[in-house]
Amino acid sequence: MGLLKLKGFPGTGSFPHGVHPPDNKALSANMAVEVMETPGTVTLPLLQHLGVPSKQIVKSGETVSYGQMVGKGEAFVSASLHAPIAGKVKRNAMVTLPNGRRLEAITIQADGEQIPPERIWEEVTFTQWPKDGFSDHAPMDIVNKIQESGIVGLGGAAFPTHVKVMPNDTRVIDTFVVNGCECEPYLTCDYRLMVEAPDVIVAGALLAARAVSAREIVICVEDNKPEAIKRLQDAARQTVVQVAVVKTKYPQGSEKQLVQAVVGLDIPLGGLPADVGVAVSNVQTIATVARSIVKDVPLTHRVITVSGRGICNPKNIFVPIGVSLAEVVDFCGGLTPNAARIISGGPMMGFAFSDLSAPVTKGTSGLTILTHDDVRKANETNCVRCGRCVDACPMNLVPTKLALAARYKNPEVADRYHIRACVECGSCSYVCPAKLNLVQLIREGKVQLNAWERR
Amino acid sequence: MSDTNRLIDSAMSPEDRPGRKPPFINVAPSPHISDSRAGTRRMMVDVILGLSPAIVVSLYLFRFYALKQLIVCVAACLAAEYLFVRMRGKSFTLKDCSAMVTGVILGLSMPGSAPWFVGALASVVGIGIGKIVFGGVGMNIFNPAMVGRAFVMIAFAQLMGAGAYENVTGLVDAVSGATPLSALKFNGVQTGISPLFMGVTNGSVGEVSAIACILGGLYLIYRKTASWQIPASILITVALIAGITDVAGGYQGLFLLHHLFAGALMFGAFFIATDPVTSPLTAKGKVIFGVGTGCLIMVIRLFSGYPEGVMFAVLIMNAMTPLINSWTIPKPMGQKEA
Ligand code: SF4
Ligand code: SF4
Repeated sequence: MGLLKLKGFPGTGSFPHGVHPPDNKALSANMAVEVMETPGTVTLPLLQHLGVPSKQIVKSGETVSYGQMVGKGEAFVSASLHAPIAGKVKRNAMVTLPNGRRLEAITIQADGEQIPPERIWEEVTFTQWPKDGFSDHAPMDIVNKIQESGIVGLGGAAFPTHVKVMPNDTRVIDTFVVNGCECEPYLTCDYRLMVEAPDVIVAGALLAARAVSAREIVICVEDNKPEAIKRLQDAARQTVVQVAVVKTKYPQGSEKQLVQAVVGLDIPLGGLPADVGVAVSNVQTIATVARSIVKDVPLTHRVITVSGRGICNPKNIFVPIGVSLAEVVDFCGGLTPNAARIISGGPMMGFAFSDLSAPVTKGTSGLTILTHDDVRKANETNCVRCGRCVDACPMNLVPTKLALAARYKNPEVADRYHIRACVECGSCSYVCPAKLNLVQLIREGKVQLNAWERR
Repeated sequence: MSDTNRLIDSAMSPEDRPGRKPPFINVAPSPHISDSRAGTRRMMVDVILGLSPAIVVSLYLFRFYALKQLIVCVAACLAAEYLFVRMRGKSFTLKDCSAMVTGVILGLSMPGSAPWFVGALASVVGIGIGKIVFGGVGMNIFNPAMVGRAFVMIAFAQLMGAGAYENVTGLVDAVSGATPLSALKFNGVQTGISPLFMGVTNGSVGEVSAIACILGGLYLIYRKTASWQIPASILITVALIAGITDVAGGYQGLFLLHHLFAGALMFGAFFIATDPVTSPLTAKGKVIFGVGTGCLIMVIRLFSGYPEGVMFAVLIMNAMTPLINSWTIPKPMGQKEA
């Protein structure tokens, strides 16, 4: 089925190797997006994206309105920050994000009249999004607007989107790939967006593709999301946007694997999708692009999933960026007594943390809260060289060698086995019968290799 | 901060939902889930399940003799593992069942008539020299069972060789004394193919029935505990070489079938060569390993003084494994052709 739907694309709809963790999406897949009320305060760390931190442009005590820019991305690879609520700027706070980074953050206390968040969400789910007549938007205008709106990849990497769609004479983008795979277990926020707001995604795809002058536009969805596929196909009717159904497999949503599955090209090691004429962007990012260009609103809210057996009421929620994760957890009924691990993102690549005072950032795709029974146990044994990690690695590496090279601090061997090609997807650790945490060792190995080369 | 702290408290406080203890939250690096179906122990249990048809056939054919060999070898392996691990001050490793697997494989590869101390010695040597000195499960270069067997094969050539394969049960009439392969090699006597296939011939207690080994082996492959590449490439290589010799010598297929179904070939291809610890990691490496093993088996069978070549072939290829691994470093996705 996947193969038939991929007609017109050279890829096979899949990629070699990979794993099939239980997706556990049923916990929250049918929970319609709920809108969270305006919080009392929001905390906006100055670095929520990959690149240079934004520069704060408001002072403590200043009054800001909804959508006002409060931090400016001055460097090229940076992103601006906008107030998700109207209010007063307070003294800057220091926050520790789930990924362990400690950052300065702008704090805004709600004050004055707020735009009801329901209104913002209605705008997203609006069904009459324009799908043509975009030709009066010059590509550069679109790029500038994206940059102004502070849009970054909302799939988790948080790479500034304007950098990706910047027209470039030396590389031609043929295909714009909208990534709706959401291959991480538990997460369903992209799925809900595709089901509830397919029109905004199609509009955004057309606009983003126009920025890079891509001829082909394809929204990729895994074949375990038939409802999303149907809704998107309906919304994309009479447009040039195509919907590609790809195989459900982890890590299908990884850029390299997705490009391989759909376009059939391998992104060179250390390269970008642009090197093979492709741009990839997550569905939620694309929806934000549409809103910024058509409605002239910056990135201030996003949909996140709170799921797992460790949360009382799994939900998909439309939240302002900057709301504290503790409030989010409260909104979902609190943790269950057997909650054992709180993860920002999904269980394969997300960060475990314990400080719930951290805020939702642009890259927060959700919270996965696992119970003791769900968590991988750390009782590791020796590697039995079974080769399962080799069969799982989507990058075609030999994880066991990489991990052992790291353990024995042998960066030379690690380099010979291409440690830098590892995308840290975690598939190897997932399958390892010896329960070795191969990715973790590989991460250390990369650090060792860098240090060794600098010496 | 006090604001948010209050919120955390409300997210975690016992007052929130009466009778609830605050959750205990821990952190660890990703990934946070693992394949619960996979485990070192589970793999070893799989191997034992895969061996069970061969065990059943051996018990049926050799009765007490098979039972004796199995019990001696398993007990000796477990005891040896326990002792050696204690001596090295390492934590207790019996739980992963790998010593048990070594014991069962050794037991099945003993001739029924071998005295008890042969099996016991093979076990101790196999576990001690074959495994523990390298650092325990996963670290060894040679298949422990084969190390043990090679040792006793050389030390007690008399007890282990052709002479040891007494027709212990009287079930087999076609060949007396010699195993089918040594009968073929030394006397030109051929055993019918169907007894070889079903296992009603003489030989090491667990290696006689090709069908039992194939059944168990397919189970292992289905469970992904053993790779398919190794048995397939060994069998195809042996079949090719034996087939060519067959045609050249005008044996009308008997030579070929003998080499496929007699002796330890099936047992070795499915249970010994596939030992993950001592075989290469990548699919390509596994094929090279299998082809190499197959060639060596036939070279030893055809040109050396031993009628059976599986054991030495596997040991030699074990030694080659690190080399094969470094030849077959896979090309990462996206790497340009060199
Ligand atoms: S999956 Fe684990 S045990 Fe198997 S080869 Fe890889 S690291 Fe070793
Ligand atoms: S080695 Fe890296 S890319 Fe390969 S499976 Fe492990 S984490 Fe993923």
